[in-house]
Amino acid sequence: MSSDNASNSKQNPVSRFFSILVNDLKEIGVTFKEGDWKTKLSFLIMGIGPILRGQTLRGLMYLVVEILFFVFLGAFGGKYFSKLGTLGVIETTKKRRKIVYGDHSFLILLFGLLTLIFIVFIIFLWRMNIKENRKEELALKQGKKLPGNRADFMSLFDSNFDKTLLALPVTGVFAFTVLPIIFMICVAFTNYDATHQAPTKLFTWVGLANFKNLFSFGKSGFGSTFVSVLLWTLVWAFLATFIDYFLGIAVAILINKKGIKFKKFWRTCLVMTIAIPQFVSLLYVAKMFDNAGIINATLLKLGIIKSAIPFWTNPWLAKITIVVVNIWIGIPYLMLMATGLLMNIPEDLYESAKIDGATPWQMFKNITMPYMLFVTGPYLLTSYTGNLNNFNVIYLLTGGGPKSMSYAGGAGGTDLLVTWLYKMTINDTDYKMAAVIGIMVFVVTAIIMLSVYRMLPSVKDEEGFQ
Amino acid sequence: MAKETSMKKKRAISNALAYLALTIIVIIWLFPFVGLVLGSFRSYLPEVEYGGIVGYIVPKTFSLDNYRFVLGNETNFKRWYLNTVIIATCVSVLQTIIVLCVSYALSRMRFYGRTALMKFWLVLGMFPGFLTMICLYFLLKQMGLTQAGAIPGLILVSVASSGMGYYVCKGYFDTIPKALDEAARIDGASRARVFFTMTLPMSKPIIIYTMLVAFMAPWNDYVFASYIAFGHDKSYNVAVSMYRWMNTGDYQGYFTRFCAGGVLVAIPVTLLFLFLQKYYVEGVTGGAVKG
Repeated sequence: MSSDNASNSKQNPVSRFFSILVNDLKEIGVTFKEGDWKTKLSFLIMGIGPILRGQTLRGLMYLVVEILFFVFLGAFGGKYFSKLGTLGVIETTKKRRKIVYGDHSFLILLFGLLTLIFIVFIIFLWRMNIKENRKEELALKQGKKLPGNRADFMSLFDSNFDKTLLALPVTGVFAFTVLPIIFMICVAFTNYDATHQAPTKLFTWVGLANFKNLFSFGKSGFGSTFVSVLLWTLVWAFLATFIDYFLGIAVAILINKKGIKFKKFWRTCLVMTIAIPQFVSLLYVAKMFDNAGIINATLLKLGIIKSAIPFWTNPWLAKITIVVVNIWIGIPYLMLMATGLLMNIPEDLYESAKIDGATPWQMFKNITMPYMLFVTGPYLLTSYTGNLNNFNVIYLLTGGGPKSMSYAGGAGGTDLLVTWLYKMTINDTDYKMAAVIGIMVFVVTAIIMLSVYRMLPSVKDEEGFQ
Repeated sequence: MAKETSMKKKRAISNALAYLALTIIVIIWLFPFVGLVLGSFRSYLPEVEYGGIVGYIVPKTFSLDNYRFVLGNETNFKRWYLNTVIIATCVSVLQTIIVLCVSYALSRMRFYGRTALMKFWLVLGMFPGFLTMICLYFLLKQMGLTQAGAIPGLILVSVASSGMGYYVCKGYFDTIPKALDEAARIDGASRARVFFTMTLPMSKPIIIYTMLVAFMAPWNDYVFASYIAFGHDKSYNVAVSMYRWMNTGDYQGYFTRFCAGGVLVAIPVTLLFLFLQKYYVEGVTGGAVKG
């Protein structure tokens, strides 16, 4: 067995997969040939073997799942699954002023996928059921006793406690994240949009047409808009992450400075921006920068400007204002984090630097920053990817605006990919393109995550600062 | 001697500069909140003052008209507020339970598919959340949890996928020595018993952190809440209803009423946060270092 595994790991993944599959099929065959009638019956009626051998609880679980599966398939899933290839062909029609509903493409896709996943799951379970039979048979042949129902049940709170703990969360993630994501990935390959709205209209598979549209740079294509929105998203995330990062550390150092009193007071004042719900504070701030808002009014009154500064209506100014307001939101987080971390830097590093005659700036550059960058590397990465998807700040401040005529798909000057996605879903109901953009967000995030993660100093060299 | 006094002088100057910088920072940081509170006292009634956006902060006459409007029976504000409190409380409790379960299983137990599960969830996390919005809407609609049933629907959606946010909590569990668990298990305690009687009592900071973060998030939930409660006024939460005041009702001068509502929303959340700040800082710092 062990030599088998060793040779397996050297092969490439594809041939490894097939050799595992072949071995698996062989084992199933052996189980059937050598198995007794209880095992053989289990090939059809899952779990009957364990039930007959006294493992009622386990056996019943398999049996109940099998029954539920076939009930689901017959009563509900089957009719959707069979139409998955076309997503429905019967149009909704009007007969004598009464609407006769045809196929519901949306539900066909959703429940068809669900059924497909269940089928894969039941095959997997069937394989486990065979393994279980084999295991029990071999154990009985060797004269061992099988664990009783009570022990089986109690193991759910001990050696199998992980299954108890994870059952609900994993199911939840499956139903409300995995299934919807698979669904939306599929939508990217259909023509589901405003003119193909279920239930009155059908939609169907269109292959890669939407992706071609995204990368077509003609007049009607999304290409140039996509590139400019993507660029702004990347630049925004970079600015939002690093400006906040350095300023936040600077403020933390300022508050930590020896001789500064009321440290707690200063911190609490800053932390207010975290405490107060963003939709209150950001909406208020958005109105502060309004043409009639307090900032423009004050500047006008003082005679500094002649006409109101178009903070939100000029695309470039809007971008800058957003980054500035985001500093207001971002610094407190960094300040809190940096305060804790700064205290971890060994004091003697600074003392010996002082003896060597280092200036505060040199100490900051050569001790504080390297340490902070080392420790917060992973944070910077997650914060960058978080900012790529920073919906709240953009949406509450500008709503993605100002609108631009040169952009396709209703995108505006400050739209990130996610806010654009949101607008396409809500305003244009252009679900197919929204799904394509969603996939692109995933691709961008994944590329950045994977390429940067390996370069992080704390990943490359775990012992660095310890 | 002369050198010492010059050092002292230097330090005094640099401290003075630091105080000056901090004061300016604090003024900038608190300005919007002061403005919000003052705005809430400016009457929206045309015979008294104006309820829209104006170029000054201090109202000419202080009045409680906005609060009277918000707490009166003209709008469903009280209902919206109650909705949000219900959502926030349920999400906070349920989400924490789920996160604790997942974190314990991933931190302490070694089972088949553990790293695969973690990697899979990491990949899932890279998809933008709004992508799945329409699909979730239809799923909830099938269960009757939209519009009138939007409150339980929102709770369900927020809680269902919360298992993926285990990082900070697992990081905390990882720091509790495993030797403790093993000692208890040698004495015959089951995994479940170790979890309930040892790990949980030792995890008070992280439990409070998780609950606090989960409690604060629903107050900001505009996007999904507005989507599944669409058109059903009684199912709105405060974010949805007040966003509408601000952006669709603005021409009627709802600005000061928004301020009053905002103050009422901000006070309990802010107090809670400031009260539990210590735990929040612990969680944020720990989470940052662990990644």
